[in-house]
Amino acid sequence: MTKFRFIFIGFMLTFLSSWVGLVLMPVWGLGNFKQTADPKTGEMIPPTLSSLEEEGRSVYIANGCIYCHSQQVHPARVRTDIARGWGERRTVARDYMNQEVVQMGTMRTGPDLSNIGVRNPSETWHLLHLYDPQITSKGSNMPPFPFLFETRKKDPENPAPNALNLPPGFGPGDEFEVIPSEEMVALVAYLQSLKLSSYEIPEAPAARIESFAE
Amino acid sequence: MNPEKAPASDPGAIEESRLQRLEIDLAARWPVGIFIGSSLVWLILGSLLAIAASIKLHDPAFLSENPWLTFGRVRPAHLNIVAYGWLSTAGIGIGLWILSRLCRAPIRDNRSLTLAAVLWNMGNAVGSWGILRGDSTAVEWLEYPTYAAPFLLVSFAFVMLESVGLIRRRPPGHIYISQWYIMAAFFWFPCLYFTAHGLLVLAPVQAPAQPPINWWFAHNALGLWFTPIGLGAAYYLIPKIIGRPIHSYYLSVIGFWSLAFFYAWNGMHHLIGGPFPAWLITASVVASIMMFIPVITVAINHHFTMVGHFKKTISSPALRFVVFGAMCYTLASFQGSTMAIRSLNGITHFTHYTIAHAHLGAYGFASMVFFGSIYYIMPRLLEREWPSRFLIRVHFWSCAIGFICYFVFLSWGGILQGLEMNQKETPFLEIVALTMPYLKLRTVSGSLMTLGHLAFFVSFFWMIASHRASIGEPTLFTKRIPDPDPIP
Repeated sequence: MTKFRFIFIGFMLTFLSSWVGLVLMPVWGLGNFKQTADPKTGEMIPPTLSSLEEEGRSVYIANGCIYCHSQQVHPARVRTDIARGWGERRTVARDYMNQEVVQMGTMRTGPDLSNIGVRNPSETWHLLHLYDPQITSKGSNMPPFPFLFETRKKDPENPAPNALNLPPGFGPGDEFEVIPSEEMVALVAYLQSLKLSSYEIPEAPAARIESFAE
Repeated sequence: MNPEKAPASDPGAIEESRLQRLEIDLAARWPVGIFIGSSLVWLILGSLLAIAASIKLHDPAFLSENPWLTFGRVRPAHLNIVAYGWLSTAGIGIGLWILSRLCRAPIRDNRSLTLAAVLWNMGNAVGSWGILRGDSTAVEWLEYPTYAAPFLLVSFAFVMLESVGLIRRRPPGHIYISQWYIMAAFFWFPCLYFTAHGLLVLAPVQAPAQPPINWWFAHNALGLWFTPIGLGAAYYLIPKIIGRPIHSYYLSVIGFWSLAFFYAWNGMHHLIGGPFPAWLITASVVASIMMFIPVITVAINHHFTMVGHFKKTISSPALRFVVFGAMCYTLASFQGSTMAIRSLNGITHFTHYTIAHAHLGAYGFASMVFFGSIYYIMPRLLEREWPSRFLIRVHFWSCAIGFICYFVFLSWGGILQGLEMNQKETPFLEIVALTMPYLKLRTVSGSLMTLGHLAFFVSFFWMIASHRASIGEPTLFTKRIPDPDPIP
């Protein structure tokens, strides 16, 4: 080959083919979902996130939770997601439509979080777990997030109502109290909002059948 | 098809060709030198972040007090620094030099290219600082925040302009396969980055459409950026160092076009089982299996060219690194194709096995080929020899042994993790406990690799700092050259 222009046109065309197939087609096919009304309550689902939950998602993004936690429930054909209780059906595309930056993830060093808001709605549990995962999940390799809490001297007369109730052996000691920061409160609100495959969107029945195909 | 083959019989022509090479190397000295030199700084930083991230996975309290050093920031900082700071920076330098040599045209505008090198490094500095301070986009492989992107794109525009200039100024005649690969990479990468950054970070499309674009980009960052530069370098260096043409010209052409077409379609195998249309995923599974065509053709070409000349890896550091890399390319690609098969992906997806595979491609192949290329290029660029064969030896063996251990341990741990994850009776924390020994072994092997990088770093900057002129004899592993041929 002695004419570079033909090589150039060729390799840009092969590139364009993948651009059309894997960028443009997904944008057309997966980029225009609309909310629907819940058949029972009439509310619009999947719900729009509140501003606090949105803020919590920024904390989730900034601290890279995605590198250990996925947010996708797979069908039962191959994996045990559903048997493990990570969701009652597989997640489908519309479930994610209100997530501005999707955190679907590719790694499960920790468990899947698609429906953590259903699986574990307790704010107290999440706060303790994020302060030090060893409190609630001994042997976990999740890092503690002390920097999302404020440790300050306790006023014995007037203890803060939102201070963590830490078990013995954890935290800075009795003279101090540990208060969740605003970022931490937002993060927990976001986690509690994660109920991705818990809504009765139109695709849900089909997704449920597929979830138990075999 | 020997690149730059000079008519051997005519002494005048040989001298002319030598002077031309000197002119080319002199013009490339500053820009290519800065690209390669700065890439080594990123290599060290990226390795240190890697060790920190690795320790955190078996000792989660390690450095957990400071938000800048939490796992979820250190890990993407590692990935982006090695991908854009080390591999891309070195890749641009290596690509430009090889292109300039193969086009027999000196770099004309080395000022704008030097500026490009500075801008590229500023982009990496700003981007990795952004990740650590909490501005990561959390889009895998694209974590650099938007304010880093203009540096990278402007810098790349200069690189593209110069590469087009080199191609246009080449003497008429045959275009060698390395030129195809490098030119393609120089055009593919900005298109990939611009599309993905625009549609995922700048003006994000609706969330369900984001993962396909994300993995189209992330897989192609390896497939259409590091791979073509690495293959272009291997196609250039193997025949150059052993002094014989590549095995088959026609296979190299088939290898190029099949890679250009199939690799670009590969990325969706990262989404198997996810909430996407079946056709999308199947298209990528098929393309991943079809990767056997480019991989086998390239494997035949690289390895058959080497047949009968393996003894030269005893003496030539550059060749030893490049051949190690070329072998890892074959392995990584075969492994990658099998990982796209749905049933096997059901075990390996979401586990450390994928991480090990990514390192086989980005480290075993791309990084090792780039190490070899730098060993070949720098003495020509600076007209100086490498100062110590001991350091090169430390570099090779630490990295080779460290990496093989890394790969074996982490793959094994990943398989166990995947198998247990598919047993619904196994509690999740038991799986975590099961992977612990492998995660610890990963820290050990990663530290060994980092030791090799430090040896390389010392060797490189020792070479730059020493004002000793060329001693005229290359630094080889063996003192006595075992072959009558001149070995570069």
